[in-house]
Amino acid sequence: MNGWPALDRFLRTDPRDVGCAEAMKLLHIYAELVAAGEPAEQRYPGIVAHLHACGPCGEDFEGLLAALRDEAHGPPPAAGRPRGQAASISAPRSPQR
Amino acid sequence: MRWRAGDHTVQKALIVPAGLDAESAEWLRALAGPGPRRDAALARLHEMLVRIARAETARRGPRLAITGPELDDLAYQAAADALMAITGKIGQFRGESRFTTWAYKFVIFEVSAKIGRHFWRHPAVPLDGGDWDRLPGWFGADPAQQAEWADLFAALRRAVDSELTPRQREVFVAIVLNDVPLDTLALHLGSSRNAIYKMMFDARRKLRAALAANGYISDDSSRGS
Repeated sequence: MNGWPALDRFLRTDPRDVGCAEAMKLLHIYAELVAAGEPAEQRYPGIVAHLHACGPCGEDFEGLLAALRDEAHGPPPAAGRPRGQAASISAPRSPQR
Repeated sequence: MRWRAGDHTVQKALIVPAGLDAESAEWLRALAGPGPRRDAALARLHEMLVRIARAETARRGPRLAITGPELDDLAYQAAADALMAITGKIGQFRGESRFTTWAYKFVIFEVSAKIGRHFWRHPAVPLDGGDWDRLPGWFGADPAQQAEWADLFAALRRAVDSELTPRQREVFVAIVLNDVPLDTLALHLGSSRNAIYKMMFDARRKLRAALAANGYISDDSSRGS
């Protein structure tokens, strides 16, 4: 194909695609790595493949990433602490996988 | 639905994962702690979830036919349901991310689910049937070049009819021809996002193979991009 890139993309399937269930299960780990600028794509190629192909999961990922980036501009209060006395946000931890 | 202090009275003994960052550990201890401390943590968590839900509905808002108080109500419902889910599943938190990142995931999923449910109750388009004339446009075909694509899309339609199962065809028509959101379709069919996605995944492979077998497209399917 050729002359129909949109149709070509639509019909192409990636065998690494992990599907929605696995992507949703690991989305918080993946999003935190991406937000921290770590090489999440190398670590989770199956999630990358899925998020490229699945609109709803891609939308959820964008929403979670936006929340993390928003938080980076103003840390949320820690448990039981009033706003303004929150502990500084610690660097995201590497996933234990 | 609005959250109220005291709604979450079930407490479970929690094990704080080793190596957890201090802030996340504090969240876990507070949520597993005695009454007043736990209530304060729940109130704080709910406040955060409402903030995230409102930001997320605002982010998606321009593409939705939901506005104003209805959108705000959706955000509050999502936050309340996310809080229920988080407290119910807190024992499943493994410390693979910060606690707040794990918690945010729940509220994002709840916003998604509630938007899908909204469109299921108020469908903008029929979920079945389908206008096949829209197919070339969906894939960016220029009407002025009909001679070039007419055969290809006729072959694609034949492949949809001959290669797909009735269920795959139903899903293809709803998503591709009618632009039904995948989550809305999952609700309509009593299925799940994962199951519908898998059905479309298999359908796409079949359609590509059929078009390739007839020389309409190259057979370089199933490769990573």
